[in-house]
Amino acid sequence: MAKLPASLDRLAAEFGPHLNFTPAGGWTNESTHPVDRLVKTHCCFCGQQCGIQLKVRDNTVVGFEPWEEFPFNRGMLCPKGVKRYLQSGHPDRLLDPLMRTDQGFRKAGWDEALDFTARRLGELQAQHGKDAVAVYGGASLTTEKAYLMGKFARVALGTRHIDYNGRLCMVSAGTAYKPAFGVDRSPIPWSDIPRAQVLLVIGANVGECAPITTSYIWRCRDNGGKLIVVDPRMTPITRNADLYLPVRPGTDLVLLMGMLHIILRDGLEHRQFIAEHTVGFEEVAASAKPYDPRSVAERTGVPPEAIERAAHMFAKADRAIALHARGLEHHSKGVENCSAVINLCLATGHLGREGSGCAMITGQGNGQGGREHGQKCDQLPGQRSISDPAARAHVARVWGIAPEDIPQAGLSAAEIMEAIHRGEIKGLLSICFNPLVSLPDATYTREALEKLEFFGVIEFFLSETAQHADVVLAGSLQEEEEGVVCSTEGRVLHIQKAVDPPANARGDASIICDLARRLGKEKYFPYHSVREIFDELREASRGGIADYYGITYERIDEEMGVFWPCPSAEHPGTPRLFEGGISMHPDGKCRFLPTPWRESGDPVDADFPLYLTTGRVVSQYLSGTQTRRIGALVDQYPEPRVEIHPRLADSLGIAADEWVRVTTRRTEITLQASVVKTIRPDTVFIPYHWPGGRSANRLTHRTLDPRSKIPEFKVSACRLQKASAPGAAVPAGVR
Amino acid sequence: MFGREFYIDPSRCIGCKSCMSACEECETHRGKSMINFDFIDRPERIATAAYVCFHCEDPTCAEVCPADAIKRGLDGIVQSALESRCIGCSNCVLACPFGIPKMQVAEEQMMKCDMCYDRSSTGKKPMCATVCPSQALTYVKPETIRRERREQPTNVFYFGNQRVTTKVFMMVPEDAGAVSVDVVDYMWEGRP
Repeated sequence: MAKLPASLDRLAAEFGPHLNFTPAGGWTNESTHPVDRLVKTHCCFCGQQCGIQLKVRDNTVVGFEPWEEFPFNRGMLCPKGVKRYLQSGHPDRLLDPLMRTDQGFRKAGWDEALDFTARRLGELQAQHGKDAVAVYGGASLTTEKAYLMGKFARVALGTRHIDYNGRLCMVSAGTAYKPAFGVDRSPIPWSDIPRAQVLLVIGANVGECAPITTSYIWRCRDNGGKLIVVDPRMTPITRNADLYLPVRPGTDLVLLMGMLHIILRDGLEHRQFIAEHTVGFEEVAASAKPYDPRSVAERTGVPPEAIERAAHMFAKADRAIALHARGLEHHSKGVENCSAVINLCLATGHLGREGSGCAMITGQGNGQGGREHGQKCDQLPGQRSISDPAARAHVARVWGIAPEDIPQAGLSAAEIMEAIHRGEIKGLLSICFNPLVSLPDATYTREALEKLEFFGVIEFFLSETAQHADVVLAGSLQEEEEGVVCSTEGRVLHIQKAVDPPANARGDASIICDLARRLGKEKYFPYHSVREIFDELREASRGGIADYYGITYERIDEEMGVFWPCPSAEHPGTPRLFEGGISMHPDGKCRFLPTPWRESGDPVDADFPLYLTTGRVVSQYLSGTQTRRIGALVDQYPEPRVEIHPRLADSLGIAADEWVRVTTRRTEITLQASVVKTIRPDTVFIPYHWPGGRSANRLTHRTLDPRSKIPEFKVSACRLQKASAPGAAVPAGVR
Repeated sequence: MFGREFYIDPSRCIGCKSCMSACEECETHRGKSMINFDFIDRPERIATAAYVCFHCEDPTCAEVCPADAIKRGLDGIVQSALESRCIGCSNCVLACPFGIPKMQVAEEQMMKCDMCYDRSSTGKKPMCATVCPSQALTYVKPETIRRERREQPTNVFYFGNQRVTTKVFMMVPEDAGAVSVDVVDYMWEGRP
């Protein structure tokens, strides 16, 4: 049973989160001594994957030095990157495998923990079928580990059900880009951004979630470029926007269709590009007809003249780029939202040239690479479709199994949790995923976790989700294992091993291979090093869409990264896709795709009249498993607050810093108010990095985009009430 | 130093506080940030600003120091108060027109930005200007700033009748010239 083995207070006392403020040895003593070496690698956090040099002494990361030669960030780092080294030597670090007891967890040896894990997974599969166990992976894993998880699930366990936390990140964009262009990757290298004359940033809090991209946007403005920002909140980059469109949550699609309507009405479309490089224009053009500026303004809350201006700026520019992120993707119509951006670029011919195109800004560290090589429930390595017989045959050959032994597509991440809740999936092995904080409707997630008959996790800190585990396998931090990642630009980078895992913790890859051996599948997992996994991955990706065959660790180091596709050792890599407007579809054409309107899965009404939207703050990362343990980052934004416009606050009698109860159709939480004029008065915002009574995801709902299966984090209906006492509404035992 | 100068452009600041985190790493004041950071008026707007010491040519902090503890080197860097001389009186904290010096109560010593002396004196960039994701704080050659930015650098400031020239530059709109923060700076009366 996966109920909590001890009280939250007791678990917190033992496993944290505790705050680490100082480097190993203290600020003024040992930490100032010379270091053993500087290791050129990349940040462990977001999809920017900034280059950084880690200072290493006595097998501990004790500090950092900017890496100014690395071209993407040239030494720049956000506060998370600056303080990332404080997770090394952290007091909460798991140093041994743990087994659940009646009172909490006890340390165990590796043999006991791995034997138990393999035995329980095997028992559940023998009793209930192969698909009774599922595997969760994560997009902070290196690509080798992501590849290994996909192979482990399908070959060692034989289950259909492997998916990953990237399902909460940018799958809507990938699901839109692949049918439009034949590939799921941002079409442009970031060096194109300063070359644009107009930037349309829609649903992307660049300043806080992709901070280094700010410098690219500012350089675009330095060059005379104009900035259009579309967001219900004035995020930090809005301070320099030439045009700000305060879109009502959930209506981005209407706004984008309105822009297309104006472009077509005024004859600003790029007829030659449309004729030569696209198919499907007529249907999409016809669908834009009803979106006249007046009705679009009424639905989106954006003035008609602002929509007109945005459309004209974007279409009339010789070079324009549309950047989008989770604000566009976290919707039950997230795919349609992204398709509408693509349609806008295709209609105006903004593609395949320097300074022109569309780009999704990756959220997670390996958000791009983590979804390319078989960790997704419906894909095999190389971005191959798992239902494609040729793809199955190729990958089966590389794996040394029969094509029919590769299971078919399984359930996506949120659907796996629902199948657990229904009792269909009874066992779960998870790595690099904290669904109790990151999945919507956290109360439901906790119920599901409590129903698991076996729950094993591979973790370096005991996350809120891992507290429910039967066995915890002490794995590795990013800096403790070599591998590659793919950054937001499609640049494959080399993560260097800076230190060994401490004490009895182990590299994740070796843990997975040991488990495979105990499941009797040793011969399919014969690796002696991560490099051997990468070499197999290259072969598995060969000839696929995300072709890594020509990429080696040595080339990455020499060339400061290699952009895929890179099919051979001689191939220079592909920084910009679709040069000359040629897509990766067999006919070379780009596809306009229809974008029918759908209501939100949690619509506002008289009882729940306000929009709740969630997101991130600059000092925290995802579910906070790492960043809620780093003192300076916690001090910067200690607790989640609910952002409210003064007009709304006044109407409810709420003053700054007062406590507010936020209620949705799921439950309620109570937080302090930030009363600011930088958010729409019909919208409230809560960052989601925290668990328990402070968890924004207790409020969000489980509606998924029907194709990408992404949850609708960006729109929930809610109401507010002034609260007298902090946390009074939180049930006992839930923090 | 080494041909590069420090430029501050608050209009680029995104409030991420990376500069403050990085400043703590400086070898000369480990664990303490010497960055001055402001949310300009958070209830009204998102604007933020981060500043380092402007390193004045005639530092007011040094002029008012009764213990002669604040020294400006030949390289133009105004250092923290000398530990052996500082009496912790806070005159400098009160007098600095930019509000830069910070009294370290535990140490009874004034500390301030020394432009990462350990780094900049050996040809490296100061920590804050290296990491700043928006390059609101930047440390480059003068020709680079002229080539890449629309705004112009200035290092002449008026505070009432006090004219202050600094080593660090502030980026201002092309036609701005010197920076003034007081109505009297725009008045005829009292001009020297």
